[in-house]
Amino acid sequence: MNFSLNDDQLALQQGIRDFCEQEFPLDALAALEKAPVTRERWKQLADMGVFSLRLPEAQGGVGLGMAEAVLVFAELGRRLVPGPLVWSHLLAGTIEGAAAGDAIVGGLDDTHPTNRPQLIEHAGVLDAFVLLGRAGAERAPASALAGADLATPLDPLTPVRHVAALPRGARIADGALAAEWLRDGALLTAAFQLGIAEVTLELAVEYAKKREQFDRPIASFQAIKHLAADMYVRSELARAAVYAAGATRDDPAIGDAGRAISSARVVAGDAALKNARMCVQIYGGMGFTWEMPPHYYLKRALLLEHAFGTTEDHSEAVAESTGS
Amino acid sequence: MNLRYSDADEKFRAELRAWLAGEVPKHGAPPPRHDWDARRAWDTGWQRKLFDAGYAGVNWPKAYGGRGATLTEELVYYEETARAKAPYVGMNFVGLRHGGPTLIAEGSELQKKRHLPRILRGEEVWCQGFSEPTAGSDLAALKTAAVRDGDHYAVTGHKIWTSFAQRADFCELLVRTNPSAPKHKGISWLILPMDLPGIEIRPLPTLRGESDFSEMFLEKVRVPSENLVGAENDGWRITNVTLRFERGTAWAADIMELSQFLRDLARLAKRLTRDDASAWEDKALRKELGRLAAEADALWALMKWQIGEVQKTGVPGLGGSALKLAYTELNQRVYELGHRLLGRAGFARDDFAGLPIVEINDTFLNTFSLTIAAGSSQIQRNIVSERILGMPREPR
Repeated sequence: MNFSLNDDQLALQQGIRDFCEQEFPLDALAALEKAPVTRERWKQLADMGVFSLRLPEAQGGVGLGMAEAVLVFAELGRRLVPGPLVWSHLLAGTIEGAAAGDAIVGGLDDTHPTNRPQLIEHAGVLDAFVLLGRAGAERAPASALAGADLATPLDPLTPVRHVAALPRGARIADGALAAEWLRDGALLTAAFQLGIAEVTLELAVEYAKKREQFDRPIASFQAIKHLAADMYVRSELARAAVYAAGATRDDPAIGDAGRAISSARVVAGDAALKNARMCVQIYGGMGFTWEMPPHYYLKRALLLEHAFGTTEDHSEAVAESTGS
Repeated sequence: MNLRYSDADEKFRAELRAWLAGEVPKHGAPPPRHDWDARRAWDTGWQRKLFDAGYAGVNWPKAYGGRGATLTEELVYYEETARAKAPYVGMNFVGLRHGGPTLIAEGSELQKKRHLPRILRGEEVWCQGFSEPTAGSDLAALKTAAVRDGDHYAVTGHKIWTSFAQRADFCELLVRTNPSAPKHKGISWLILPMDLPGIEIRPLPTLRGESDFSEMFLEKVRVPSENLVGAENDGWRITNVTLRFERGTAWAADIMELSQFLRDLARLAKRLTRDDASAWEDKALRKELGRLAAEADALWALMKWQIGEVQKTGVPGLGGSALKLAYTELNQRVYELGHRLLGRAGFARDDFAGLPIVEINDTFLNTFSLTIAAGSSQIQRNIVSERILGMPREPR
C-alpha cells in the first residue's frame, strides 16, 4: 500500500498544470467570457490527452486509469477550464471524433426526469448531445437542441440554453453502461471540485498575506487564519478521498468503487463550494468585484453541484451503503 | 499510488479476523464506568491476550515485543478490531498510542527494553503529565521544576487533566530543567514512576460525572536521572514528537470505530419508530448520516496518506493537526446525531428499553473533550495556518 503519486503520475500532473497555467492564466478569465470554448483550444486539450486518457492505446488512447484522470481533472479545475470536459472524456470511446477533440460532446444527466426547466450547458458549440438516464443513454444531434441561449448565465464561462424539449436520438448505452458513465462523471466532477477547493485556498492565503489593515497583513489575524485552516482541512480531505476513489475505480480489489466515488463527490463538492465562498469573503470588497478571480470559482462550484448527481444524492447513496 | 493491500496483508487480516471472532465474545462486557480497578483489569487483560496471540504492537520492533510488521498491517489491525468491536484501547491509550512511540523514536536502549515490552503485555499503564493550571494551550509556559540533585531530579509542580493518573504506573512528564532559558529551551521529558513518594492525585469529576482525569501534585519527587528521555532541555522537541503521534496516528483506530458506529446508527434508525415509520424512512436523516459517513471515509483515506508519510520519516507530519481537527469535530457531529436519534430516551445515561444509551450518550459527552485535549481545535488551526500555510505567527 502506498498513497504517494509515482513518477509518471507526478510528470502527468506537472505537464497538465504547466499547460493550464500557460493557456488558462487567471488574469485571462475575463477574456474567456466571449467565447469560453473554441475549436482550437478544444483540440489543444485533446492533444494533452484530456479526452483520450483512459482509452486503450489500441484505440488511439493513452491507456491510463481513473487514478490518473482525477489528477488531470483536478488541474483543469484549478484553472477553471471551460467546456463539457467530463462529457467529452466519458464519450471518448463511443462518439467518433470525441477523443481527438474534433467533436465537442456535451450532455445532460436526466436521472431526475422531473427536474425542469432544462438548461443545457455549452449548447451552442456542441457537435453531439448525450442524454443520460437510468435506463440507458441516447445520442442526439446537437442541432436538435432548439431553444434560447440565456443572456446572462450564472457562470460567465458556462453559457446555457433553455430547451423546451429534450431531443431524443439513437440509443448508445444500456442501463449498466449509463450507470457507469454517471458514476465516472461524478468522480471526474469531484476531481474538478478538488482543484477549485485547492486553488481558492491558495488564492485566499496569498491575498491575506499581502493585504494590510491596522498596519498588519490580515493573514496575521486568527479570524482569517482559522478560516484558512478550515479550507486546508477541506482540501486535504477532498484530495485523499478523490485519489482513493480513483484508485478504487481502477482496482475493485481495493473496495467498493461506487461508495468511494460518492464519498469523494460529497466531500469534494463541499470543499469546492465552501472554499470558494470563503475565498470571496477573505478577499473582502475585492472579492465582490468582477475583476478578481474568486467569483468565477464560486459560480462554477455552484453549477458543478448539479453535475452527475448532487451532493445530496451522493450523501443518500453513501447512507444506503452504510445501512446495508 | 497503490492502495491495494498485499497478499501478506490479506493473510494477516484473515488470521486476525478468525482470532477476534473467537476472543472478543469471550472477553465479556466492559465493567461499570466507576469501577476503576475492574476497568484497568479489563483493558490490560485484553492487551495481554493480544500480546500472547502476537497482535500487540503490530508495527513496533520485534526486539521490544512488537510484531515488527508494516504500518499497513497496523491499518488492517485497526480495520479488523473496529469491525469485530474488540475492546477499546482504554487505559492503554497513552502507552500504546504516543508514550511508547515516543520511546521508540527518542528513548535510550535501557528505556525501550524496560518499558516497551511491559506496555505491550498490559503490565504498564501510562498517563500524560503535560498540562498545568497556567500552561494549557501555551504548553511551553509550564512551570513544574526539576532540579538536578546527583543522579536524581527533584521535581516539584502541579499538573492537571491527567487521565487515568490514579491507576497509571508511569507518566510522560514535562518539566522545566532550565528556568533561565527561553521557555521552549528549558524543558525536559521525564519518565515518572507513579509510585514515588511525594505524588498526590486529586481526582477531578468531568462533565461525564466520573473522574477520568485528575490533578497531580508533585512535591520534591525524586526521579532517577536515567528516566530522562533525550537530552536535558531538549524536551520541547521530544514533546512535539509525542504530539505528532498523538495528533497524527493515535486516532487511526478511532476513525475506523467511528465508521463502524455509523453503520450501527443506520441499523438503529431502521428499528426505531418515528411518526408511524422507521426513523430510516426520514430522507433528511439519511442524507445527514451519509454526509458524515462520507467524511469518515475521507478521513480514513487521509489517514492512509498520513501513514505513507510516517513510512518515509518515522514520525507523523504536521498534517496530523488537520487530521486531528477533522476527526474530533466529525466525531462530535456523529455522536450528536446518535443522541438526537435517541429522542427523549437520550435523557438517560444507562441502557434501557433495549437502546444502547451508554454507547451513544457516554461517548457523545466524551467527544467534548476531544476538541480540547492534545491541543484544542483553535491551537490546531493556528498550527495549520502558520506552519503549513505560512501565515504570520501568534505571539509565543
